[in-house]
Amino acid sequence: MPTIETRLLTHVYSPATVFKNTAIENINIKIASGSSVGIIGHTGSGKTTFVQHLNGLLCPSSGQVFLDGEDINASKASRRDARFKVGLVFQYPEYQLFEETVYRDIAFGPHNMKLSKAEIDERVHEAARFVGLSESLFDLSPLELSGGQKRRVAIAGVIAMRPGALVLDEPTAGLDPKGCEELMRNIEAYRHETGATVIFVSHSMELVARYTSRLIVFDSGRVVMDGTPEEVFSRSEALRAIGLDVPAATAIAGKLRELGLDVPENCYTLSGLKHAICALRKGGAPC
Amino acid sequence: MLKDVTLGQYFPGSSFIHRLDPRSKLLFTVIYIAALFIAKSWISYCIILAVFLAMVIVAKIPASALVSGLKPIAFLIVLTAILNLLYQREGRVLASFWIITITDQGLIRAGYMILRIMLLIMGTLMLTYTTTPLAITDGMEKLLSPLKRIRFPVHELSMMMSIALRFIPTLIEETDKIMNAQKARGADFETGRLTQRAKALLPLLIPLFVSAFRRADELATAMESRCYNGGDGRTRMSVLKMSGADLGFLAFSAFMLATIIFLAVRFGI
Repeated sequence: MPTIETRLLTHVYSPATVFKNTAIENINIKIASGSSVGIIGHTGSGKTTFVQHLNGLLCPSSGQVFLDGEDINASKASRRDARFKVGLVFQYPEYQLFEETVYRDIAFGPHNMKLSKAEIDERVHEAARFVGLSESLFDLSPLELSGGQKRRVAIAGVIAMRPGALVLDEPTAGLDPKGCEELMRNIEAYRHETGATVIFVSHSMELVARYTSRLIVFDSGRVVMDGTPEEVFSRSEALRAIGLDVPAATAIAGKLRELGLDVPENCYTLSGLKHAICALRKGGAPC
Repeated sequence: MLKDVTLGQYFPGSSFIHRLDPRSKLLFTVIYIAALFIAKSWISYCIILAVFLAMVIVAKIPASALVSGLKPIAFLIVLTAILNLLYQREGRVLASFWIITITDQGLIRAGYMILRIMLLIMGTLMLTYTTTPLAITDGMEKLLSPLKRIRFPVHELSMMMSIALRFIPTLIEETDKIMNAQKARGADFETGRLTQRAKALLPLLIPLFVSAFRRADELATAMESRCYNGGDGRTRMSVLKMSGADLGFLAFSAFMLATIIFLAVRFGI
């Protein structure tokens, strides 16, 4: 499983024109293998540009990206290799489906890796299982599926390449709360089972707070905070200043603390808040 | 890479040229093209060139934008110049070897040809650089409206044009996105033989078509839910109005055309 590292990573769109735009500047980040990381930031803060460097889709204007210590932009072959090591799931990935059947669409990635038929078959079944997709759907056209199912097919298409790191850009955008929950649990299970690194790009605080152990906050193309969810959410003023907010549960806990109640600071999920409030009421007894 | 398409790019501004009615700019473009094809001598070309340069300066359009607009047809310009150079046999021979003869007349004609094509392209680019696509189609609809008498679907045509123009950037962006998504799954658009490359385009084209149809469907619903039912009885929020400046501008361009016709007919130059 790869360790991802960037050094002084900078990307400038349309350099030397009037539309010149520095999307990210001097990003130094090291992501340990097998970890679960959330990248948050306001729209246009450079999150998506940053993750597109991790699998070599974008070439840095300056700086380097390393996978296990090797520069992925060293050669054309290494850049292509990075595509398979770091699986990138774009925003609204269901719009990339194109094959006649669900099965063939999931097999597109492994097919590009020039794997054997048996190997491809095994991977398609495995990927479908990870995203909770029934095999009875394999022969349908992806266009016949519901929105949530399409999203699963698209994610399975990336998982089928067995990437050591999985990057998901707004994976739950447009899904209903139940579908959102299921999808996140599937991905979490995938991480536990395979030991893959998972990186979520999102501006939903609830989501990243629940499923990641480290948060990297982007603002105007720079990393402004980097730490555990507790550390990041404790700086709610600074977060608000860059157009982000703490999870609702953390905000309520903060208000309760202002009222002089003894609520712990590391409260950022609804269930955590519930426990804290119950503890207050009954002097520690569960409600 | 796809973002470099300059088709229909508008340079915002508030110059005299920007503020002109799109109809007068459209008419001017027609007159300008006619003048270019009637022009026979350097005097006429100089007049047109002067008018063109004056417009560029007044509208404050960067020269680099005009030159980059020439790039896609650079090959055509060179080819036309070479053909004119080689096929002109009259005049004093400057150089001759094998079957190739270069004459001074040929050289002059090639020069005129280059100038004509360049002025043609850059002049029409001035229209799209100084007028929003929406204003152009509005002006077009108004100019063609007499054709309604013979049941020509003027409104439908201009509506189709504005929708098409509106969706060009959207589709380019979409293409870029889908391309990246497929590349992330190991699709290869850049290497391989021609047949392989054509086949590699399927994962790009199919989602693109699907989304174009989806968008068209959504747009149709959105238009219907706002009671769109064609151009009959439809009024505009901003009504096009010809001002004194427009009339002056048109009179000036008519004068330019008349001068060039006069020069061509009376003196043959």
